[in-house]
Amino acid sequence: MVEAKLMVAGEAGQGVQSVGNILARTFARGGYHVYSDQDYESRVRGGHNFFRIRVKDNEVGAIDGNLDLLLALNQESIDLHRKELVEGGVVIFDREKAPELQGKGLLGVPLSELAEKETGNKLMANTVALGACLGLIEYEPDIVEVPLKETFGSQASEANVKALHAGHKYTRENFRDGFHINLKAGIEKGKLLLNGNEALALGAITAGCKFMAGYPMTPASSILEYMASKAEDMDLIVVQPEDEISAVNMVVGAGYAGVRAMTATSGSGFCLMVEGLGLAGLTETPVVIVDAQRPGPAVGLPTRTEQGDLQFVLYAHHGDFPRAVLAPSTVEDAFHMIIKAFNLAERYQIPVIVLTDHVLATSYQTVKSFDFRKIKIDRGDLYEAKKHGKPENYRRHLSTKSGISPRAFPGLSEALVATDADEHGEEGHLIEDAGIRTSQVDKRLRKYNGLRKETEPPLSYGESKAETTLISWGTTYGAVREAVDVLRGESMSVNMLQLNQLWPFPARELSDALQKVHTSYVVEGNASGQLARLIRTETGIKVSGKILKYDGRPFTPAYIAGRVKKGEITPW
Amino acid sequence: MVTAQDFIGLKPAWCPGCGNFGILRAVNKALAELNIKPHQLLMVSGIGQAGKLPHYSRANVFNSLHGRALPVAIGAKLANPELTVIAVGGDGDGYAEGGNHFLHSLHRNHDITYMVHDNQIYGLTKGQASPTSDEDFVTKTTPQGAVPALNPVGLALMGGASFVARGFAGDIEHLSSLIKQGIQHKGFSFIDILQPCVSFNHKNTYQWYRERVYKLDEDNYDSGDKRQVRAKVEEWGEKIPLGVIYREERTTFEERQSALRKGPLVRQNIEPARAEVLVEEFR
Repeated sequence: MVEAKLMVAGEAGQGVQSVGNILARTFARGGYHVYSDQDYESRVRGGHNFFRIRVKDNEVGAIDGNLDLLLALNQESIDLHRKELVEGGVVIFDREKAPELQGKGLLGVPLSELAEKETGNKLMANTVALGACLGLIEYEPDIVEVPLKETFGSQASEANVKALHAGHKYTRENFRDGFHINLKAGIEKGKLLLNGNEALALGAITAGCKFMAGYPMTPASSILEYMASKAEDMDLIVVQPEDEISAVNMVVGAGYAGVRAMTATSGSGFCLMVEGLGLAGLTETPVVIVDAQRPGPAVGLPTRTEQGDLQFVLYAHHGDFPRAVLAPSTVEDAFHMIIKAFNLAERYQIPVIVLTDHVLATSYQTVKSFDFRKIKIDRGDLYEAKKHGKPENYRRHLSTKSGISPRAFPGLSEALVATDADEHGEEGHLIEDAGIRTSQVDKRLRKYNGLRKETEPPLSYGESKAETTLISWGTTYGAVREAVDVLRGESMSVNMLQLNQLWPFPARELSDALQKVHTSYVVEGNASGQLARLIRTETGIKVSGKILKYDGRPFTPAYIAGRVKKGEITPW
Repeated sequence: MVTAQDFIGLKPAWCPGCGNFGILRAVNKALAELNIKPHQLLMVSGIGQAGKLPHYSRANVFNSLHGRALPVAIGAKLANPELTVIAVGGDGDGYAEGGNHFLHSLHRNHDITYMVHDNQIYGLTKGQASPTSDEDFVTKTTPQGAVPALNPVGLALMGGASFVARGFAGDIEHLSSLIKQGIQHKGFSFIDILQPCVSFNHKNTYQWYRERVYKLDEDNYDSGDKRQVRAKVEEWGEKIPLGVIYREERTTFEERQSALRKGPLVRQNIEPARAEVLVEEFR
């Protein structure tokens, strides 16, 4: 097994993200599996940022705590992260900036000097550093040229290529002791490298979402930006309105008019959308809302991660109406799940919430390329005069056995499409009648009969019967799965159950699975154990304890395994 | 031929004598004269007595939340620009709860018509002050008198509206002509409609308005001349001007959308395989 853990660290504005990105893409292009995450502060310049990359020759779904190679763009990065190096690990830094610094694993490279000498431009020091990193691990430098050109443009590419080779040559020649990791580039196997937000946006466009309205908010903004960048080529309308209230209401308007529409935000933006969520619920308008979670309440930690919105999105808004909540676990999952979200939204004419978080939004992961020909689009029961009767008799909220009324689009036929945020009758006009009210509430809730069948059962991993079962949801998947491997490697009897669809809740399937379980712990990124509470509400089962984390940082396999081994479990 | 009869909807539940009746008649008359068929029309409203108007006409209807008529109308218009879209609400709905949406709809210039039934009071919730209540006006929530009123017409002008008009519910002919011009105008058409509330506003009555309103003289008033326009939007009190106060031709929000060059979004097919080209940049 080949594995390398790298970090690029420095302050905001130094190029941490672009160097990290190019490295990650270089490894992906060389045929490796890559997982990378980003840690940054809520500021444009200064502070401390890092970009971690884990490279393996088999699947990787989480970051690990320690490092083989640190590319430090400033002194602070060395001070903070040197202790994370494994035995034999190396720090690459600019010798000119810290000429005195010497010691085990400290590899001062004349980054600025080489940049100046080779290209006449000290700003090329980052590219020299990139070459130096690749030289150390014996990775072919040529393979980086494509991502380099794409990042810096072809004009700057000649100088960049020179700088790259200078750095590569330097470490090949000057670090003769050898390094414990050699990553020889393999053959590209058609993999893609993208982050969760890109996968969601790509999935949405694939699903036929043609209207997106969103207000910028970390960590959801790049969904809006990506879709805006494709608006012209893909015939999308992407609007940045005055606030999240407007965004969700525009999406409701577009959904009502017959177009697949979505918005994306984070927790406090979703707070503003709660009113519109219920509007979609009562008017039976299909909408898709992405909530990329970050720690709350209020502004919380804007650039960090949490799974603290679960209970909120399940219960947001007053009154009862059907909804679905999906929580993708990986980048690949995000692509497929948002397509499912659009199909569910239209088939059941409901709001569907896709719950992600900062980790998934910003982490890059290699995935097999998607098969676009296998994508299924289901727009639900659409009104046709031949099938549903004359347009003058059309009733938007017709009470049916399934609870689903045929949907006509205003202006596309002579059927008048009336709906109301007030309780309404089948015709869509406001009513006060007690019987009609009850009948319309029941009609809407009947959709759950079908919707429940669409929920996938919990995913299991590891042996079928184990002493300890870890239960997780959404993006903790990768870290928990690897923790199971780690613990089983140490002869512990552990398996996992993963929930990716939180509502309607797969109560019976989870109950059945938990009947066989002796000890069960939820692993969740929030302070109160929101999944544990949901399991108890829906199944009556009380899990044995909780492994919680709410410091804004992602779970690592080592952290989870450590808490299980040490018995550091939070009781009820 | 479409006639006003085609727009007879549910029986209105407004108070007898309500200014809304006049507005409803003016709207239906304008629609018939423009030969717009009910299924080609979408009326989006908010909450308040004005929000019920679409139910009492005949059209595609989306009665949305308090203050949210504009974003719903905008989303629907962008999805299907073939629809004639009219947003309708009251002064509380549009200027208080929906104030932010109003402000930003102005300069973006969406091609919709927005009618505000401005009765200077909250009717549906039974008599509280609104943003346009006259200064010192005593209501249930302003026993010591209201603060100076918001000037919606001035706000619309300064906010970048491309069509600003004021009508009066007591003059159906004139109001109907304003609504017609608003619908025909390419861009965001805003019409503030003075509307007596016979139940809760005993100050700004039919008589009060009749003594003050006058029609802008189309021969001597230039609605494209901002100097003349600024003077008119500030006029309120002894004399209140009615008519098209400001008008300009400007690129609409819809015209800026390249996606609409291929027709309305709602008529464009969903082709998942079309997105395949996008993966190239992730290799």
